[in-house]
Amino acid sequence: MSPQTAGVLQLLALIGALALAYRPLGDYMARVYSSEKHYKPEKWIYRAIGANPGTEMRWPAYLRGVLAFSAVSVLFLYALQRLQGVLPGSLGFQSIDPDQAFNTAASFVANTNWQSYYGEQAMGHVVQTGGLAVQNFVSAAVGMAVAVALVRGFARSRTGELGNFWADLVRGTVRILLPMAVIGALVLVACGAIQNFAGIHEVGQFTGGSQQWNGGAVASQEVIKELGTNGGGYFNANSAHPFENPTPFSNLFEIFLILVIPFSLTRTFGRMVGNLRQGYAILATMAVIWIGFTALMMWTEFAGHGPAFEAAGGAMEGKETRFGIGASAIFSVATTLTSTGAVNSFHSSYTGFGGGIQLLGMQLGEIAPGGVGSGLYGMLIMAVIAVFIAGLMVGRTPEYLGKKIGTREIKFAACYILITPALVLCFTAAAMALPTPANSMTNTGAHGFSEILYAYTSGANNNGSAFAGLNADTQWFNSTIGIAMLLGRFLPMVFVLALAGSLAEQKPVPETAGTLRTDKPLYTGLLVGTIMIITGLTYFPALALGPLAEGLAS
Amino acid sequence: MNTSVSTTARLLGAGLRALLVLTVICGVLYPLAVTGIAQALFHDKANGSEIKDKSGQVVGSSLIGQTYHLPKKDPNDAEEAARPDLKWFQPRPSNGLGTNSVNTQYSLILSGATNRSGDNGAVGGQCTKNAEDGTLCAQVIAAKEAVIADNSTATYTVKPADVPADAVTSSGSGLDPDISPAYAKLQIHRVAEKNGLDVKAVEKLVADHTEGRTLGFIGEPRVNVLELNTALKALTGP
Repeated sequence: MSPQTAGVLQLLALIGALALAYRPLGDYMARVYSSEKHYKPEKWIYRAIGANPGTEMRWPAYLRGVLAFSAVSVLFLYALQRLQGVLPGSLGFQSIDPDQAFNTAASFVANTNWQSYYGEQAMGHVVQTGGLAVQNFVSAAVGMAVAVALVRGFARSRTGELGNFWADLVRGTVRILLPMAVIGALVLVACGAIQNFAGIHEVGQFTGGSQQWNGGAVASQEVIKELGTNGGGYFNANSAHPFENPTPFSNLFEIFLILVIPFSLTRTFGRMVGNLRQGYAILATMAVIWIGFTALMMWTEFAGHGPAFEAAGGAMEGKETRFGIGASAIFSVATTLTSTGAVNSFHSSYTGFGGGIQLLGMQLGEIAPGGVGSGLYGMLIMAVIAVFIAGLMVGRTPEYLGKKIGTREIKFAACYILITPALVLCFTAAAMALPTPANSMTNTGAHGFSEILYAYTSGANNNGSAFAGLNADTQWFNSTIGIAMLLGRFLPMVFVLALAGSLAEQKPVPETAGTLRTDKPLYTGLLVGTIMIITGLTYFPALALGPLAEGLAS
Repeated sequence: MNTSVSTTARLLGAGLRALLVLTVICGVLYPLAVTGIAQALFHDKANGSEIKDKSGQVVGSSLIGQTYHLPKKDPNDAEEAARPDLKWFQPRPSNGLGTNSVNTQYSLILSGATNRSGDNGAVGGQCTKNAEDGTLCAQVIAAKEAVIADNSTATYTVKPADVPADAVTSSGSGLDPDISPAYAKLQIHRVAEKNGLDVKAVEKLVADHTEGRTLGFIGEPRVNVLELNTALKALTGP
């Protein structure tokens, strides 16, 4: 069998597995967020928090909950890293410097997991397991909570109430992420991912001498890193490291974990708004983009254009033998079209066009299928924009799911889609214009520019993957990427919740013969077109200077 | 004003308590439970899949690649270039690692890739011998020359077209435990000659240690270098 055929078969197997999980998981998540019942352990948690999970919140209250929880999380994670040197279980590692500790705290709370540190050389058991891995759970649960609040905004009328943030946070964590993580972690250990609390120890080698091993709760962190679309590796090599991703099967399983919740949430959406076909239309949009990008990526990586790859006989630099080119391409598209940013192969060593596909994937806003929660709300914002554009074309007030998209709604949606490009392009321009940041580049020319564009694209879109040639552990990059990650995560949430509140207050408009049907293939086509045009217009000039210039030169 | 300050304080207090409770659940109970089950059910794998040689000595992990170098002429010379011990099957190259990033070349202290781009070191869109030192072009060209020179024996000549890509590029983790079957095959004649073994015997050894795709389509066929060399040692050694 040729590697190309094997790659396509792996993609088909992945699609099959996702399809099998779609209905049960999507329906289960809808029940989790709609149920009136609180389990006993959850009641203890609510008592400890001091919150009544039955209290309905309007959008400002819901937002205050999100921001308060996230602000405390940043401070807690910052303090934990700053104190590492005096905490037990730190493997003898020092406390993290202030700028890097801020960057890392912002990164993990913002569900980005950009890493300017080297995992196995900087973070001990306490920070990894008790700090970083916890944010892998809760930052994902926050994303899902905000998405569910927006869905409730469409589903409810004449109320303005969006649910209870604390209940959504706790349920997302303990009813959805935790049980899946336990099962997934054990699957990964069965493949060979390590799971222990050993210290740094020496292990014998074939030719004599010894090598130094870090122990770690790797499998338990690896699984939630993928499942929560986080992406922060236990080790510097991330999911290319054999202790994180030991076999071809574990690799396919990890890709499945990345995609399963974001795709299934469209079923949850359809269920909660009482029209499954609306969910399928959103799913179809995501799937078309994802499959198209994966096909393009496989094509360019197997073709392997680029002087060094042609000299080598294939684009295997930065890729592992056990995965090969096909499985690496599938992983790299899954990670950049969601907000994951885990890597099983190094993006900086992809072909010029391959790097462009990764960049474009993030620049779409990570909505195909996107991060857990953030993918769904990002796509729903695009859906609102698409009906607005269609409404302009036919001269009717646009509606979506029985809600009028008026001036107020479209302002919120427009602000949402402007934030991330503004952060990416302004920070990239500043880094290129200032004298020192460019010293961090490993490669020169178009690829060097791509390294910096990639860094801010990854940060502001909360992805976290890197063209890792860039030395990002400088005060400039730690600070500016940290700021980009926080603003890129929480400002959009403000507009999502404001939009949700505004929609929930409306009374539904009855469907007429003139209403645009948003559950038909025509609408899916319109939505894909809208996404591509908006992203293309925003980023084309920057892409032309980086990956396009590199790709066309080789 | 006072009420808004106290409301904010109350809210932050709730956030802190929520974080602490969830930290206990997700950061203490969850990893401990998973570790307990993993250690009970998959003890060897959870601790790094160590493998032992014939004498019972631990020689590393089946998941982590190693170097097979000759001892240094002067053990105190940090600058001395490592020379491969051609008795053993060689892993993927690691020369480019650690020059621009901090990877420690198979010693596991720090994992990672070269992060070099496909046009790194190219002049006029071509990789040539004149490529600047330390660039990906220079590494690939040098690695290819070395693979051809090292593996050609009196009766067996390696042609440039026979050299697979994994033999001249470094991996993502810098710890790749595997090589492609093509690269293993290319080393058979050399290994047989250096060890005084029959080519057929080494061919059989490689065939026995070649692992196909999982279920026939997942991943790529591969040969685990440490397992192969351990078996080779058992065949040749005292």
